[in-house]
Amino acid sequence: MTAPRTTDSAAPRPDPALVRDWLSEVPDPEIPVISITDLGIVRDVAWEEGTLVVRVTPTYSGCPATSVIEMEIERHLAERGVASLRVERQLSPPWTTDWIGAEAREKLRAYGIAPPIDGTASDGRLAARAARLAGGGNASPACPRCGSARTEEVSRFGSTPCKAAWRCTDCLEPFDYFKCI
Amino acid sequence: MAGAADPRPGDPLFAPEHRDAAFDWLCGLGDGALILGHRLSEWCGKAPALEEDIALANVALDLIGHAEMWLALAGEVEGQGRSADDLAYLRDALRFRNPLLVELPNRDMAVTTMRQFLFDAWHLPMLHALSESASPRLAEIAAKARKEVAYHLERSQDLVIRLGDGTEESHARMQTALERLWPYAGELCQPAPGDAALVEAGLVPDMAAVSATWQEILDETLREATLERPEGRADVQNGGRKGRHSEHLGFLLAEMQFLQRAYPGAEW
Repeated sequence: MTAPRTTDSAAPRPDPALVRDWLSEVPDPEIPVISITDLGIVRDVAWEEGTLVVRVTPTYSGCPATSVIEMEIERHLAERGVASLRVERQLSPPWTTDWIGAEAREKLRAYGIAPPIDGTASDGRLAARAARLAGGGNASPACPRCGSARTEEVSRFGSTPCKAAWRCTDCLEPFDYFKCI
Repeated sequence: MAGAADPRPGDPLFAPEHRDAAFDWLCGLGDGALILGHRLSEWCGKAPALEEDIALANVALDLIGHAEMWLALAGEVEGQGRSADDLAYLRDALRFRNPLLVELPNRDMAVTTMRQFLFDAWHLPMLHALSESASPRLAEIAAKARKEVAYHLERSQDLVIRLGDGTEESHARMQTALERLWPYAGELCQPAPGDAALVEAGLVPDMAAVSATWQEILDETLREATLERPEGRADVQNGGRKGRHSEHLGFLLAEMQFLQRAYPGAEW
């Protein structure tokens, strides 16, 4: 018997878990204190035939960082010796800020961005809005600078698609809030 | 570049009998997002307040992101090898399928805000219904987009209420904007003749159901904003889905398509 000869039989196939570790070194281009695995956007890493397939889900549909992230993944894994790579976009299930881990939330706070408060995502319905107008159900993020809970929204949209602009009414500093989606 | 997900042969959206109608419907949705996204981007750097400037650019970015997904899918359905960029940059006005509302000029912030609210209040229930489509491809894009559109509606609805129930000046301008846009608003909920088979197949929502929710949101918001719902019909200006556009679309396309028309195939 002779072994089948394939062109890449000699190429190493690093374990997907190891590839994930490598990807945890790829920073988010807009918020470099957290990595793309912190953000929860790497949905799957697997070998298909001789090709490493990395599935990534976009945070926001039009976020310009998405294609930069894909390029960074390609560059980083090429440096680690991955010869055959395919980066695929996976839409479903859609990304949610619930996938941002506890450690990453602390990193965001230390960086000056209030981390998302789970359960505050808007569903855009009048009922939710009415509940908020009545003073219920809309938790405010604590100021990442002084820790005060007395904060107010300046704008529902901020410097990147994933953030809203807030202000602390105690220390008066404006800050970014990583809004829930 | 990232590869697209594998097309799913089992997806009823790709059935040959639906091809033409599905392509047309997807262009309607994609062009609506693209043209409104472009209009909003015209405010970039010159909106009356920094927060509004940023918000309008963010909403524009979301909509252009949606347009890219819808038009890419339209190209796949058509099967002629056209990409989202080909459809956005290389079609003439007659081939665009957007509702007339989104191509109207921005004018002032009252018109921009009211137009956005009329659109968002339709967009969100439409995407909610579409996320239950029999087509997994349609459903997954809708499920993604609707999370973003929920924020769009929250913002535009709050602004309509604050400006409508604001000063005498802001109230008057919002009422004028509503009356100006009203004859165009109803086209959002008008199906095209080819849509019936798609609705029948469970691929796209029945616009009558979407319209009911849209009307509810309008009535409740306008009441809170102390604005009066115009008495005239909301659907007298229409034709976008047939490619009959206002004179404004050609000017918009001349700017949006200039680079690809003058330098075909140019890339960053």
